[in-house]
Amino acid sequence: MLNRDRIGWEFPVLRLTVDRWRLQQFARAIGETNPVYFDDAAAQRAGLRGILMPPTFLFGMTYDLPDQQLALKVVGADLKGILHGEQSFRYHVPICAGDQLTIHSKIVDIFAKKGGALEFIARESKVHGADGTLLAELREVLVMRHAAGAAA
Amino acid sequence: MSATAPRFADVEIGFELPRLELPPISRATLAYFAGSSGDRNPIHLDVDFAREAGMPDVFAHGMLVMAYAARQLTDWAGPLSLTEFDGRFVAITQVHEQLHCVARVTAKSAAASGGSVDISLEARNHAEELKLSGRAVVRLG
Repeated sequence: MLNRDRIGWEFPVLRLTVDRWRLQQFARAIGETNPVYFDDAAAQRAGLRGILMPPTFLFGMTYDLPDQQLALKVVGADLKGILHGEQSFRYHVPICAGDQLTIHSKIVDIFAKKGGALEFIARESKVHGADGTLLAELREVLVMRHAAGAAA
Repeated sequence: MSATAPRFADVEIGFELPRLELPPISRATLAYFAGSSGDRNPIHLDVDFAREAGMPDVFAHGMLVMAYAARQLTDWAGPLSLTEFDGRFVAITQVHEQLHCVARVTAKSAAASGGSVDISLEARNHAEELKLSGRAVVRLG
């Protein structure tokens, strides 16, 4: 059983600068070709401060912790049993290379289904820019399978 | 790069977005995605770890599949158009699977200028097995 006391647990606040090289690598990895994700001149023509963050890239930044498994440890989950169940994004302002972000994340729920064979961890994140503008919001549900690792 | 984004007025409910076909997901793709996304979970990279977890092999990050779906949306509506994007990871995408993304306009909501378009979307493999089910909202002029 995951630790229900951790509902409401807050991640360490992340203060990060969006890395241009990493955006380009990510865009390439997912097969993106639009120049706005690679080229400063193209981004500028689109009215952007720098190359554009591909929309799903933001999820990875919310886990830019020295210990990515911190939350799993805190709730008592085993990485081997974890799957990504659901993911939601709300985008308010485009995010670009060089932007300074502040990310607040919190575990908002922990619940079970199938008599406890599956447990779920819901987390919400808010991403603000340097001037305090809310740029984006994320919500995910991770699924913990308690039978995982039993077969080896 | 995509053609000009569609105009809100021209979009019809039921319109099917151009289908996105993806190459088989190689181990190299999983490595590039892991490194660049920052998701260091070894279950996507290290076959020994995956087997210890009871999996037959490494498998794709759900977020890789969601990234493909996002490409389909922004290819059609433009890179600055996406306002909402929700995905449910229905089944694991194994290494070497070949996916395609389908998406359809389900609703429209006019604004002072242009408006928002609701889209329902799926990612499936060659055998039409469902991997990702989701919805999105894009803003068009």
